Amino acid sequence: MSEVLLDVQGLKKYFPTKRGLLHAVDDVTFTIEKGKTLGVVGESGCGKSTTGRAILRLLEPTGGSVLFEGEDVAKLNPSQLRHKRKEMQIIFQDPFSSLNPRKTVSQTIEEPLQLHHVIEDKTERMQKVLEVMETVGLAERYVNTYPHELDGGRRQRIGIARALALDPKFIVCDEPVSALDVSIQAQILNLMNDIQESHGLTYMFITHDLSVVNHFSDDIAVMYLGKLIEKAPSEVLFSNPVHPYTQALLSAIPIPKVGGPKKERILLKGEITSPINPKPVCRFANRCAYATDRCRSEEPQLKEIETGHFVSCFLTD
Amino acid sequence: MSEKKYAVEIEDLVVEFKTDDGIVKALNGVDLKIEEGKTLGLVGETGAGKTTTGLSILRLVPSPPGKIVSGTIKLNGESIFEKPEEEMRKLRGKAVSMIFQDPMTSLNPVMTVEEQIAEVIELHEDINHSGAIQKAKEMLELVGIPGERGTEYPHQFSGGMKQRVVIAIALACSPSLLIADEPTTALDVTIQAQVLEMMKDLRNRLNTSMLMITHDLGIVAEICDTVSVIYGGRVIEHGSLDDVFNNTRHPYTEGLFRSLPNLDDRTSKLKPIKGLMPDPINLPEGCTFYPRCDYAMEICKTVKPSKVYRNDEHYVECHLYDENSVKEGGKIGK
Repeated sequence: MSEVLLDVQGLKKYFPTKRGLLHAVDDVTFTIEKGKTLGVVGESGCGKSTTGRAILRLLEPTGGSVLFEGEDVAKLNPSQLRHKRKEMQIIFQDPFSSLNPRKTVSQTIEEPLQLHHVIEDKTERMQKVLEVMETVGLAERYVNTYPHELDGGRRQRIGIARALALDPKFIVCDEPVSALDVSIQAQILNLMNDIQESHGLTYMFITHDLSVVNHFSDDIAVMYLGKLIEKAPSEVLFSNPVHPYTQALLSAIPIPKVGGPKKERILLKGEITSPINPKPVCRFANRCAYATDRCRSEEPQLKEIETGHFVSCFLTD
Repeated sequence: MSEKKYAVEIEDLVVEFKTDDGIVKALNGVDLKIEEGKTLGLVGETGAGKTTTGLSILRLVPSPPGKIVSGTIKLNGESIFEKPEEEMRKLRGKAVSMIFQDPMTSLNPVMTVEEQIAEVIELHEDINHSGAIQKAKEMLELVGIPGERGTEYPHQFSGGMKQRVVIAIALACSPSLLIADEPTTALDVTIQAQVLEMMKDLRNRLNTSMLMITHDLGIVAEICDTVSVIYGGRVIEHGSLDDVFNNTRHPYTEGLFRSLPNLDDRTSKLKPIKGLMPDPINLPEGCTFYPRCDYAMEICKTVKPSKVYRNDEHYVECHLYDENSVKEGGKIGK
């Protein structure tokens, strides 16, 4: 039995707004095994980034627990948390706004090492910076360049290098390739794959791009309006999606192939329900073709329908 | 068979931008044709010249710093470069209109959406204000938004709805040519599917010709009739969907396909194109793709490749081929 690195139980994050509480992440439960990648997919506003941030406590969770190697991150005091952050890092979506424009490449990568007092000696620290730069494929000559001098792909490599500098065990990758062109995107995805293998990393890979997530992840979790609605190993999710939303989402991927059988596209109707003060019913019900009265009066719970395949839908009853 | 009619014909278009760092060669001889009622996909990466091509058709390349150096653009057979600005203004929004990439920034935040749609209609058609508003509401219904929501402001709509409003504005005067610049890039996939479906439907009903600017080959496969692949400001491969997707000839086009994750085989490793796009200020002398090309030869460094035709439509600009080998597929086909 493989070891569970991250065990998220009933994670909640609510934001107060003028009109009420916005349930960004609502009672989300999942685990990630060591050395594996969990892909988290969903559309904008479904709470996937908030989930990633709440796990790292970059946002304070409203409720629930986040067990990292058995220790509840949600209960750590600030100094313990800072210590823990060495092991849990994040790569951000936008390589243009997530880097300090006034810091050179080496300063950016060096900063976490300084902050966490990992390497106090300056020459040794530079050694580590160069080592990480090599890992991510940044040539040494870029050491003193500023982000604005570099293209998106190289900037994203800096973001990855910064996350790797502390030798973390777990990295939340928040849409790390969405801002990049396809040819560059493939370079970065391959790099992240290689690093995972060589460093034994565990990833939580947040994206809206379903073909990328399929390629990259061992398991995939689908979120809809703050709820985790389906989770399964990648090949199971793609071959046998059970939740009507997952089915619609997968059918909507445009396939870059001409000829061959056309797949049936499921077009969703209706607008997304408001995540502010949601009623305890199925949040997908008013866009769902199979919705019944029960879906509009009761909230489905996540259930394991076969080993490793979780779905939250009354259709499985 | 009658002579083919083209909604737009671009020949050897060269566009430059003057900057402090030097002259940016955005387009270096673009050729492009769209048959009436058909959809052409213009595919390429950031900085390849996709949007500049679209803007050139509307004569909206910002000048200065931009300058159309040479070439011709014909709309429905008429050259647009000789036209006075006033006449151009009458064409924009009426004969040709454009959907911009980002629905969040291409709408006026302090005008209701029906006013924004009516503005275009009033400008081009002999109609009073209330008539224009009435037509604006019909346009909203056409793109699947209830007409009574016309009195709302852009911030009250979701991203997908805003993009529908932008499409409604573009279609308000039934243009014969629609330029869609990454119309769904800012949208979620399920919304993207809805918008694409709607565009297909409208195109079929109104017989609009369309230039679909995108970087997503999946969208091209879905909606286009022909494809032009643009790199370094030149169309390096052009053909029907089947030509380009199933008889790929250019190493760059091949590279684009290999960079995409394959949904059927998730274990296959991605094969990215090595290196980066060339700096448009300092383009390679010969083939612009040679520094990144796995098949590069001596000749590629110095001599620009010219078009080699595989059939009437499908051509490629690459030294790997001559008239015979292009039919068999050469190195790439294997």
